[in-house]
Amino acid sequence: MTKKIYEFIDHTADLGIRVKGENLPKLFSNAAYAMFDLLLEIDKVKPEETLKIKIAGGQMEDIFIDWLRELLLKFYSENLAFNEFNIQKLDQSGLEAEVKGEKVDPVKQNLKTELKAVTYHGLKIRKSGNLWEVQVIFDI
Amino acid sequence: MSNQYTIKKIDDYRWEIPKSGGMRVPGRLYTDEKMLNIVKKDNTPLQVKNVAHLPGIIKYSLAMPDMHWGYGFPIGGVAATDPDKDGVISPGGIGYDINCGVRLVRTNLEEKDVKPKLRQLLAALFTHIPCGVGSTSKLKLSISDVKQVLKEGARWAIKRGYGEDGDLERCEDYGVMKGANPEKVSQHAYKRGHDQLGTLGSGNHFLEIDLVEEVFDSQIANVFGLFQGQIVVIIHSGSRGLGYQICDDYLVLMRRAVEKYRISLPDRQLSCAPLNSPEGKDYFAAMAAAANFAWTNRQIITHWTREVFQKVLNLSPRDLGMGLVYDVCHNIGKFEEHLVNGKKKPVFVHRKGATRAFPAHHPHVPDIYREVGQPVLIPGDMGTNSYVMVGIERAMQETWGSTCHGAGRVLSRAAAKKAAKGRSPEKELEKKGILIMAKGKGTVAEEMPEAYKDVDQVVNIVQKAGLSKKVVKMKPLAVIKG
Repeated sequence: MTKKIYEFIDHTADLGIRVKGENLPKLFSNAAYAMFDLLLEIDKVKPEETLKIKIAGGQMEDIFIDWLRELLLKFYSENLAFNEFNIQKLDQSGLEAEVKGEKVDPVKQNLKTELKAVTYHGLKIRKSGNLWEVQVIFDI
Repeated sequence: MSNQYTIKKIDDYRWEIPKSGGMRVPGRLYTDEKMLNIVKKDNTPLQVKNVAHLPGIIKYSLAMPDMHWGYGFPIGGVAATDPDKDGVISPGGIGYDINCGVRLVRTNLEEKDVKPKLRQLLAALFTHIPCGVGSTSKLKLSISDVKQVLKEGARWAIKRGYGEDGDLERCEDYGVMKGANPEKVSQHAYKRGHDQLGTLGSGNHFLEIDLVEEVFDSQIANVFGLFQGQIVVIIHSGSRGLGYQICDDYLVLMRRAVEKYRISLPDRQLSCAPLNSPEGKDYFAAMAAAANFAWTNRQIITHWTREVFQKVLNLSPRDLGMGLVYDVCHNIGKFEEHLVNGKKKPVFVHRKGATRAFPAHHPHVPDIYREVGQPVLIPGDMGTNSYVMVGIERAMQETWGSTCHGAGRVLSRAAAKKAAKGRSPEKELEKKGILIMAKGKGTVAEEMPEAYKDVDQVVNIVQKAGLSKKVVKMKPLAVIKG
């Protein structure tokens, strides 16, 4: 079962999602989970390999985009998919995380959607009530 | 930044967003009243307004009749910037799929010649042309091979036997963009795209067998090698992962450039750098490399398509007559000469989901078409008509020689899937006499005809607005999709 941590938003040409999380690290890990859920059958990914990810500091939106960009690049250039995202540090000075996953096997994990890129369009991280929220549009 | 805009009617097909706030020029939308009401429901006019903020933009921020909500630029967006007035280059005005484009291949065949073997043809194309999510090429290329592709464009493929001598002059820019520098392409981009040359991709990319159903101008159709009742093939693909990654890499560089050059923009997806800056020049060199990859990609797919037709129909290349009609880019940025205040000068034209449409006698129209104008290829969506139009003079005066690129979406992919629930879009297409084979389960639903504007209406607006002229209409018989 896919966790219900994101929902689709209407965008005419591309694919938009709204992600929520109880704090910023959770928001970031939920967004990464959602992205891999769009890419392939994430339930069938085994958390066998561990990788450290570091993102340089800046505005929170830039760190967010760079986090997803880095993971998408690992998927497309190194054929790696992840389903566990442990954010160890996240502030204006940057992000450090440990992610777990394995090499993609297109037969086992059934590739779903090709995401060309994570776009910057209309991206805003905000707090809504008790939850953090972000909308992100992928070019597909 | 204000999200408000006003729209003023100029005539039945021209609407203006007057300059306000940080807009450097007005916006101009080419559409009719009915379509305008659809367009106003999403963020398209706001995106036209946002593009008008780009430094060095000249005359107007333009939107073609198939306009819809994109990211940064609207899809159908056209903007020219002046290199002599700190004009910028914006990767978002070209798109992730650099040189996504369309080519049209003619044949000597008529419907009766292919009908009995149509299913077999479709299955063979589906097998021989890699398509769908994660598809990889049958070619095994080293990084240095790919670098040659990035420099030489479609010529690289022709030299290796993937094509005919006449193919090059039937490509926009003869299938190669000058100024490409493979050293400006990141290792990431090579890694992501090196095994995708000769693959169709997924999403709205397709390969389609069509029938020329109606001829509007027989003299021009004849020059293009087209006739009523003829079988033709349309190929829609781009620069695959290599292009996506180049755009992604350079957007990060542009993020910094925006601060360095103190450029104020309403949307970060419009990030840009002056054309004459090191950042602007580097992006141009990498973008041109991706454009060359895309032309080579479509050239190789064309070659395999010809091979399939020869094999399945057991006909010689001469009998088949599968010559290229033309190949157009619809996500691209180019230096071109245009009239500005009565004087010819080089400007940089961004076309994001828009097609170049140069008129007769323009020096960039190849000799074979010089007397009539450049063929403009307007693919419909899966299951609807496509058009060949021809460039005319008015577009040179008003839209930097640009026109629409397709039908343009009206439904989001999620809404299209919802509308398709409980129905079988494949069966509905088959009832209309259209065969389809697709790799992705959801692709057919996402791309169903209702998701798009009516291409017939879009093309009629293009013609009435005087941006290009109809030559032939084609209807699909069989489609492969990713």
